[in-house]
Amino acid sequence: MRTISAEKVTEVVRRLCINANCHLPQDVKDRIESFHDAEKWPQAKEILERIMENYQMADEGDRPICQDTGLACVFVKIGQEVHVEGNLAEAIHEGVRQGYTDGYLRKSVVRDPLDRVNTGDNTPAMIYYDIVPGDKLEITVAPKGAGSENMSQIRMLKPSDGLQGVKDFILWAVENAGPNPCPPIVVGVGVGGTFDKAAFLAKKALTRDLNEHNPDPFWADLEKEMLEKINELGIGPQGLGGLTTALAVNIEQMPTHIAALPVAININCHVARHEKEVL
Amino acid sequence: MPISITTPLTREKVRNLKSGDSCLISGVIYTARDAAHKRLCELVAQGKELPLDVKDSIIYFVGPTPARPGEAIGSAGPTTSYRMDAYSPILIAEGQTGMIGKGKRSPEVIAAMKEHGAVYFGAIGGCGALLSNCIKKAEVIAYDDLGAEAIRRLEVENFPVIVIIDSEGNNLYETGRAAYLAQNK
Repeated sequence: MRTISAEKVTEVVRRLCINANCHLPQDVKDRIESFHDAEKWPQAKEILERIMENYQMADEGDRPICQDTGLACVFVKIGQEVHVEGNLAEAIHEGVRQGYTDGYLRKSVVRDPLDRVNTGDNTPAMIYYDIVPGDKLEITVAPKGAGSENMSQIRMLKPSDGLQGVKDFILWAVENAGPNPCPPIVVGVGVGGTFDKAAFLAKKALTRDLNEHNPDPFWADLEKEMLEKINELGIGPQGLGGLTTALAVNIEQMPTHIAALPVAININCHVARHEKEVL
Repeated sequence: MPISITTPLTREKVRNLKSGDSCLISGVIYTARDAAHKRLCELVAQGKELPLDVKDSIIYFVGPTPARPGEAIGSAGPTTSYRMDAYSPILIAEGQTGMIGKGKRSPEVIAAMKEHGAVYFGAIGGCGALLSNCIKKAEVIAYDDLGAEAIRRLEVENFPVIVIIDSEGNNLYETGRAAYLAQNK
């Protein structure tokens, strides 16, 4: 049994919240830069230049890349051999509280979806636990803005809809979103499981490195094909036309029921933030 | 060359702006998003005075991050505009002439823009750090309890925007994409 203190968890979550919001991951920057080089439509190229200028400025000044510093989505992979001394969930919320306050990040959480009173410290975090073998504790903070979250979709397809149904639904979701989620976007797709598992997979897919494909060659090929098809739509950066509608399509799949084909699409903007630390 | 616009944005200035124009806005603009729009429209419905003069005004749909000591404002890029679609026609009828945001607008908003003479500008979404450089002063003038959603009076210099929808209803989201697809055939 390995013991990790709740204070340590708070300290790490605090740091991850600030870093994720001020520094775009290298894989996302690399994607934006290579699409900028490939983009021929002048207005689109110029927008990508401004986007690059923006994250460089955020890097240099430790400023939030985007004013929507998001809901703090926290993915926790906790080894079975780890004992957290103290309250793990409260330690994570406290890390978010400190990170969003000390880092001058926006407090974007309301305590109730209908009475809409701001909690004032961006808590609670949205926590996803995964219990795994081992004695490590891995924490990923992925701040998620609502502009792109609001354009996400879920649909319970029929098994007979098959591969074509999945493809059509992905393209429909991107088309329907149009300029709203701040393209260029990252498209996270979850296929299979139950209604809720599909949505979780779609969100988890967004935390995957953009240079990594699904380990299954069939699904990896589908990721490549869908990225090409999405970028033939012509929506372009900010929806003003161009090649670069999406930077990547990440798909995660899992077993499902004989009668089911759930498909969830979680859209992220070009500020595709995620920062990880292993304790 | 971008067109320089100085506030107030009169109806006459609005009529000269065409979908696709790049503009640099200088002067005073106001911030408001979901919660503030709801309150403003409730005041209009009750016939009460608004906490800002909407006539010839530009409202920027934004909720900035908190300012660090010594800075005017934090990161301040546009939020998605369609959530204000229920409210914008009411404020346009009251005299508002400009909106800054990103994303699609409803037919009702576009109809109000054509009827009264208003323009919808787009700023680059996700560029909050860059855009904050053009904001020289920020002061909360109403609804402090809303935090990031409070109404702020901003003094801006050369704030970069593109005319997405003009007062005749021409829409760059449609024409820009169509032009790209036509040349890319």
